[in-house]
Amino acid sequence: MGETILSVKGIAKRFGHIQALRDATLEVARGSITALVGDNGSGKSTLIQILSGNLLPDRGEIQVGEACCHGLTIRRAMALGIRTVYQDLALDDCKTSVENIFLGSELTRGPFLDRRAMAREARRLLEEIHVEIPDLTEPVGRLSGGQRQGLAIARALRRPGELLLLDEPTAAMGIQESHSTLRLLAGLRDRGMTLLIISHNLHQVFALADYIYVLRAGRVLTGTATGDTTVDALQEQILRREREEDRL
Amino acid sequence: MSPLRKWCARRSVPLLLLAVCLGLMAFLSVRTQSFFSLKNVVNILEANSYRLILACGMMCVIASGAIDLSAGSILSFSAIGAAMAMRAGAPVWLAILLALALGTAMGAVNGLIIHLTRINALIITLGTSFLYRGMSLIATRGIPITKLPQGFRDFGFGDVFGMESGVTMSFLVVLVLIPFFYHMRWGAYVTALGGNPEALKRSGVSTGRYRISVFALMGALAALAGIIITARLNSAEANAGLDMEMDAICAVIMGGTALRGGSGSLLGTVIAVFLLGLIRNGLTILSVSSYYQQFITGALLLCAVAAAELRERGRRTG
Repeated sequence: MGETILSVKGIAKRFGHIQALRDATLEVARGSITALVGDNGSGKSTLIQILSGNLLPDRGEIQVGEACCHGLTIRRAMALGIRTVYQDLALDDCKTSVENIFLGSELTRGPFLDRRAMAREARRLLEEIHVEIPDLTEPVGRLSGGQRQGLAIARALRRPGELLLLDEPTAAMGIQESHSTLRLLAGLRDRGMTLLIISHNLHQVFALADYIYVLRAGRVLTGTATGDTTVDALQEQILRREREEDRL
Repeated sequence: MSPLRKWCARRSVPLLLLAVCLGLMAFLSVRTQSFFSLKNVVNILEANSYRLILACGMMCVIASGAIDLSAGSILSFSAIGAAMAMRAGAPVWLAILLALALGTAMGAVNGLIIHLTRINALIITLGTSFLYRGMSLIATRGIPITKLPQGFRDFGFGDVFGMESGVTMSFLVVLVLIPFFYHMRWGAYVTALGGNPEALKRSGVSTGRYRISVFALMGALAALAGIIITARLNSAEANAGLDMEMDAICAVIMGGTALRGGSGSLLGTVIAVFLLGLIRNGLTILSVSSYYQQFITGALLLCAVAAAELRERGRRTG
């Protein structure tokens, strides 16, 4: 594993009686794609929520580059260069593509919004990541799943930073759209970005990730380089662990 | 779609309302002799200036995905505050500032409670409407405060371009609101509060600041409307502005602003306020009983909401 950009140590989070995360520990190498896989309720999304500043952990430590902290706020996470594409995409359906891309970081001329500059920049950004949206002035509620996903990624890329978190980036997408999203993510890695992806789909993860962590019941069970394992081996490993836990 | 067609499609509600206004004006001009006179047009503008001010604030609140049922009560209490201050010897300008400050503070309290408790704005502002109205009744013991200084009365009756100053103020409110609502971050974030507040929060924007500011603006505009009404009537009373928020909500919805928020139409709101004013005026000139006014307003509102819903469904189904 190369230089570490993100390090998570002993993160724990409890919601009432449910222990969502317990001593979760992992590292993400700069310029790599790291995947978090696991069943529903394994704590993947909770971990992403903590890393993006939406939740504070009960315990543990997060190190981003040189900065070390117990928990993050959304603004602090952004300041540290963490950008997030949420599972629900967090788009405002009433606003246009341009307005969504720039929500919270609008370009202005004095106190006024610089719509021309924003439209120009949005077009450039979408072209760069090969996302095709014919009319950027239409409300995003009318776009397809793939276009919306592309837009959410474009918005994340607009902000400065080199660590991109993606929660189920191909969920609710067709085969065609999934493939183009995966191509887009691979392209981002080639441009030097670091990606931490949550996914249910082991085949997609194997096609994309350099390193895979398996989460179960809030614990990080294993961390393996993709080249050192196979889909079947990983599935077998998860199932074996399940059986062990069932016996316990 | 050509740019012109797109422009028209986006402003279909205001254009439709404008057509209805023009049709109604044509009808009233033919049916009555007194309608098509400068005096009557000025009369309509003057009678609806404070309604327009209130509706502008309500449009912003509704665009933010909320509603304010306490606007009429804020109007009353802030006007009473100003009247009491003037009766105690405060200069007119200070009393007006006091009323605006009271209105802003009461609106901000609404926004703060809604932001902190996450309880529906309808419930919170229903509660504060009784609270603020109660404060007005306690302060005045139900007795109107009259005989206000001439300087204050001039504020309501003052002549600007041959019209009461309230008309000028209402147009000033609209003119100031246009850049804030359409061309600045404030408007973008207020509408985002109605569209997807979670998206706004995850973009690193403090949603509380904008929730509170939009209600504070509503409060300030309600206070301004209260000052105009009080100056015109030379009387501040606890029951002033009763149900006036309903008129404002009606105009905003008719003007094409969706009740769920996410976007707002200032132009539509302005036209809807004057359409409702036109209906009131026309029915009065035609000597139709005032009982029919509410019936017609309700029917128009239902038609506008139904048309907007059908249009939205049509868009969704392509």
